[in-house]
Amino acid sequence: MTDFGYTLSRSSTVNLDEADRSLWLRLEKLEPDLRLCMACGSCSASCTAAELGGMSLRKVILDLDRGRDPAPIVSACMLCGKCSMVCPRGINTRHLILSLCRIYEKK
Amino acid sequence: MKENVIILGGGIAGMEAARQLLLLGERPVIVERADHLGGHVADWHRLFPDKSPAEDLLEGLRPGLEGAEIHLGTTVSSLNALKDGYNLTLSDGSKLHGRALLFATGFELFAAERKEEYGYGIYNQVITNRDLERWFNTGKDSRLSGRPLSKIGFVHCVGSRDLKAGNPQCSKVCCMTAIKQAIELKERFPFAEVYCFYMDLRLFGKKYEDFYIGAQRDWGIHFIRGRVSEVAETLDGRVVVKAEDTLSGRPLKVSLDLLVLMAGMLPNPSATALARQIRLDVDDDGFLRSRDNLAGIIASNRPGVFYAGACTGTKTVPETLAEARSAALAIHNYLQDAK
Repeated sequence: MTDFGYTLSRSSTVNLDEADRSLWLRLEKLEPDLRLCMACGSCSASCTAAELGGMSLRKVILDLDRGRDPAPIVSACMLCGKCSMVCPRGINTRHLILSLCRIYEKK
Repeated sequence: MKENVIILGGGIAGMEAARQLLLLGERPVIVERADHLGGHVADWHRLFPDKSPAEDLLEGLRPGLEGAEIHLGTTVSSLNALKDGYNLTLSDGSKLHGRALLFATGFELFAAERKEEYGYGIYNQVITNRDLERWFNTGKDSRLSGRPLSKIGFVHCVGSRDLKAGNPQCSKVCCMTAIKQAIELKERFPFAEVYCFYMDLRLFGKKYEDFYIGAQRDWGIHFIRGRVSEVAETLDGRVVVKAEDTLSGRPLKVSLDLLVLMAGMLPNPSATALARQIRLDVDDDGFLRSRDNLAGIIASNRPGVFYAGACTGTKTVPETLAEARSAALAIHNYLQDAK
């Protein structure tokens, strides 16, 4: 290919027509409460791994919903379970992350 | 002989007020511009929060109106304040006099074509909340027939919370209506993906939040925080909708078979025009100004003039009915005191 001396950046647009939500659908079977998230951010605000590791369960759930793989974020989770205490929708967040990690192990 | 209590508007506010006035021994006269009673509720299929048929509500109000004088298909040509009440000339040439006057003039639905970027009136795939209710009622809408509906979107706040559209206030019923309609479409098309585009969800009333939780948990409806910025038709006869996914901080697009615009509530311009004829205060938002926004919602700045329902601002059905009852009692007391 001809080298023009520059490259094109990939579009950052979330295209829901092409989003691959298979990971969400697999997790949803194990953790139906996943649907209850209203993106309030309580989990991320209480997270011990947020500041240094960049963990945010809110972002993990959002990524899954929009068809992006949140693996790099999840890897920072220490499974301390503090987020479970603060979720106003009563989602068992620690168990949700555990189930997601199990899906990754099976991959 | 009892004096007339003139009620402008035969929607649910006017109907309920007339019903209560009759029970109180007064003589209500309803003036309604449409050829039927019921106002916007008559256009609706089911009402939140229980998804009860709108027709049931009207059916419950109608029997109580026996004995009320009702002028259908009639508008008010002129309104004068006299020393002892108000004088009206109606569009059919007849005249009415009453010591008490109730504005039950309601609201006007925002004309969705004014938000041209959403494509209402341009694309067949774009309809309004009212069009959808009518379709639920009649099953007839040429825009909806013969097309599979596998992806459906709802746009919240169309003509509400929109300074540029001249309408800064929240219409407050649309969040709940959108969720109700989204669920109703899922009931008809269980395999459809349904997306709600919102700025924030205002689910303040009894059972509203439960509806939202149910929409997520039981129906898998997607909620995307971001206001739709533009809509365009695609080659395959869908519309592509663009918004910012503000939770991701990225632009987002999705193509849809149907887009429902949640048109908001505007002040009724004919009510404003009538109010000016007798120097009633009009608020900054264009709705009629109550004497007091806490304890005097149904009172005006003029003796003998009362308000009920959405003429003073956006209202839910139960709020409207409660104000109608309250206004009926206030009118009854007003007429008693003056004796």
